[in-house]
Amino acid sequence: MKLFKACFSAIVTLALIWALQHKFGDAPPIGKFLNPVTGFWQNAESKNVDAKRDVKIEGLTGATTIRYDEHMIPHIFADNDHDLYFAQGYVTAQDRLFQLDIQTRSAAGRLSEIVGPKALELDRYHRRMGMVFGAENTLRECMKDPKVKEMLEAYCAGVNAYIHNLPSKYYPIEFKLLDYAPEDYTPLDCALVLKLMSETLAGGSDDFQLTNTLKYFGSKVTNDLFPDHYFKDDPIIPSDTKWDFKALPIPKPSKGFIDEMADTIKTTPKVEGIGSNNWVIAGSRSANGYPILANDPHLNLTFPSIWYQIQLAAPGVNVSGVSIPGTPAVIIGYNQKIAWGVTNVDADVLDWYQIRFKDLSKKEYWYNNKWVPDTRRIEEIKVLGQKPVFDTVIYTHIGPVVYASGNSKPKMGRANNVPVGHALRWIAHDPSIEFKTFYLLNRGSNYADYREALKYYTAPAQNFIFASNDKDIAITPNGKFPLKYKDQGKFILDGSDTADAWHGFIPMEQNPTAKNPAQGFLSSANQESTDDQYPYYINWHFGSYTRGKRINDRLRNMHHATVDSMRVLQNDNYSIFAQDVLPTMLADLDPSKMDAQQKQIYQAITKWDKEYSANSIGASIFDKWWINLYHAVWDDDFTVKKDLNIQLKWPSSYRTIQLLVTQANSKWYDDSRTSQIETRAGLINASFKATIDSLTKQYGKLGKTWEWGTVKGSEISHLANIPGMGTGKFSAGGNSGIVNALSEGHGPSWRMIVQFGPEVKGYGVFPGGESGNPGSYHYDDMFKTWKDGQLNALLFLQNATDGAQHIKTTLTLSNK
Amino acid sequence: MLFFIILIASLIVSFVLPWWIVAIISFLAALWIAKGLVNGFGSAFIAIFIVWVVQALFKSVPNDHILATRVAHMLPLGGSWILLVLITGLIGGLVAGMAGLTGALFKKALAKPQVKTK
Repeated sequence: MKLFKACFSAIVTLALIWALQHKFGDAPPIGKFLNPVTGFWQNAESKNVDAKRDVKIEGLTGATTIRYDEHMIPHIFADNDHDLYFAQGYVTAQDRLFQLDIQTRSAAGRLSEIVGPKALELDRYHRRMGMVFGAENTLRECMKDPKVKEMLEAYCAGVNAYIHNLPSKYYPIEFKLLDYAPEDYTPLDCALVLKLMSETLAGGSDDFQLTNTLKYFGSKVTNDLFPDHYFKDDPIIPSDTKWDFKALPIPKPSKGFIDEMADTIKTTPKVEGIGSNNWVIAGSRSANGYPILANDPHLNLTFPSIWYQIQLAAPGVNVSGVSIPGTPAVIIGYNQKIAWGVTNVDADVLDWYQIRFKDLSKKEYWYNNKWVPDTRRIEEIKVLGQKPVFDTVIYTHIGPVVYASGNSKPKMGRANNVPVGHALRWIAHDPSIEFKTFYLLNRGSNYADYREALKYYTAPAQNFIFASNDKDIAITPNGKFPLKYKDQGKFILDGSDTADAWHGFIPMEQNPTAKNPAQGFLSSANQESTDDQYPYYINWHFGSYTRGKRINDRLRNMHHATVDSMRVLQNDNYSIFAQDVLPTMLADLDPSKMDAQQKQIYQAITKWDKEYSANSIGASIFDKWWINLYHAVWDDDFTVKKDLNIQLKWPSSYRTIQLLVTQANSKWYDDSRTSQIETRAGLINASFKATIDSLTKQYGKLGKTWEWGTVKGSEISHLANIPGMGTGKFSAGGNSGIVNALSEGHGPSWRMIVQFGPEVKGYGVFPGGESGNPGSYHYDDMFKTWKDGQLNALLFLQNATDGAQHIKTTLTLSNK
Repeated sequence: MLFFIILIASLIVSFVLPWWIVAIISFLAALWIAKGLVNGFGSAFIAIFIVWVVQALFKSVPNDHILATRVAHMLPLGGSWILLVLITGLIGGLVAGMAGLTGALFKKALAKPQVKTK
């Protein structure tokens, strides 16, 4: 009996230990996670930092010195390129190991391995979109170039040297929460990070929705509501730019396209305002007579940031700026001769082709008047706690058929834009060598070097802005742009017709570009690249001109500009959008029919200065009012009845402004669901009242709670959305479509300004901190500076002993 | 005595061995010298509770409890790092206590029956 009791107690104890050692659902293994010797407590970093640390590892050729400044930003001094990129990999892994792991897992469709079947559809989506296929093609090209090969291999060796010497008690906290171990990093992972950027910046498509719209409304209405130019524009390339090259012949439209145009699916409007700003002013406009360059890319804001600040110095290179964790070199930055920055072009580099299969076996498809065999790629997806899933993807010569049949298409947000039975032609599948562009820019010293570097860049296409200490300024919307007939790929294309295929590429040296224009400045904010003078077709729509116009308006009036003038412009909250449409909205309001409360709000919006500042009440009223008005105009026509279940493309904000401003009467104002005839004035008055009602309901009486910063409620979350690891809600100005493009969780992910002169000086900040460890003092130490619209002076060290007063700790890496 | 043995042994070996070594130490120590079931459970519980709380604070105090506060928001414990420290100690204590109790039970079961005297 006593022995039985003892055995029972032993079993209970063992069961308890087992339970504390294992994951249940999303909860971490409690004992493993909470115990102080190997659990999360080990990730708590001490405020006391040793002034010097020596680490001996294998794989270096010499000794590498890494100086860390006040923000724990590494400044690497190496003897050669190999050691430089090895050290970059090492320090990046030290600060961002989980980010490296999770982003490439996501891109490669390998999340199910660590989180189980709930990520299976997302993994399948990434596999079927050909992310790994594209990364493999890119990697093959990269490995042909000895410099790029060396750079990628050294970087990965550095990451792996860190992983191999990391005791499991120091694994980042996210590994402990999810209960898995980091694995070796490979050059394919570097290529996958590039594909991820292409997915974010050049992976969107509305061809499917627009084709549905075409079928639903016909070509007359579609062409009217989805024009190739916005009602108002201010292209990136100044209109006095001359195109002095002999353009290639423009391909002829296919028969299918002409037939579609001859006339015979609820979704929300496309998110506008995804983008970035960059600009440069010539010496003629600056206080010290040298150029100033500014850049702020707008991306999803997360902790840790998508950017990792770094200085890289070795014989032949000394460059500072931000890198993307998981890839070598500096992506946006400056050296003592040149600076460069990027914004997204939004070129049409992703098209869908309808495929006609011979029979249900789908082994052959019709192309160029004959049956052509397809190929298969089998994707093995490992799933935590289950057997692996094998997924077969059909590849045509065009690209993968993402969902070959209706029942293979999951009900998932991202899959909505994918037409069933269509092949995907996407630039991200092409062999490419973007790393070389950054390798060369990091070492560039003048305009010619900049132009040479851009040659190697494929995707995602970026507006590369440039300035040099010999006072050149330039901008180039750059990437591999397919050669197309006008509007080719605006709608779904015919996979069997050679006339609908991409007809090669625009020669890189004929990509739009401008250098040292008479106006003394250049800028880009994702708007249209060029006006109609440019001979080639890049896309039918771009971002709206709002941010670009505001930037150009301000730059045009800027003289004796300083770094601070640029900083103020980066934080500019003025709304061109409101300037364009608010007068029309206000003119139609009838105050005589308003009650006291409505009149009070009417007063507030009339007096509004069109600034989206944090304490602006007018901004809150206008923002909600616009959304209500937009829906009042289009809801009845574009919300498709359930039984049809097709996705339609909704008209853009600017097409809507055009309608409102230029037409007091239109059939679009009438709500087809009611018996009476609605008018513009009717919609404007009704949406104004609805706005007041909803704001009052949500925020109480007109007052402090109505302020824009509160109503918008910005927040930066942890990369994996772990509660408690983000900022929580904070109040700040700006919005999408505003130069200060901070919306809820999206906005300026890095603000940089570079002032040229006898000494080139950089300023910059990103929201967050250099470390990805929530237990570090440098996890969010730059957030406040960023939120307040301030910048840090970037430390640029000339050599390993320079700037000692700023150095907090020094890490020396040497061979074992 | 049992308390001190477990406390000191755990402090020494836990830096090199997995966390559940505290269960083995508690079990063996109790099997060896436990004075009874309450002594077996209690000494192990209190010893490991103290060891884990001290070890957690050793990491957390120089960190100004930045991480503990964040984790206490995540779990969620309302952001109270003190609560998180106590729960950590409680879990360690419970595992050790159960192991100590088991040790004491085996000691009792395996002990030679004492000859009762009149």
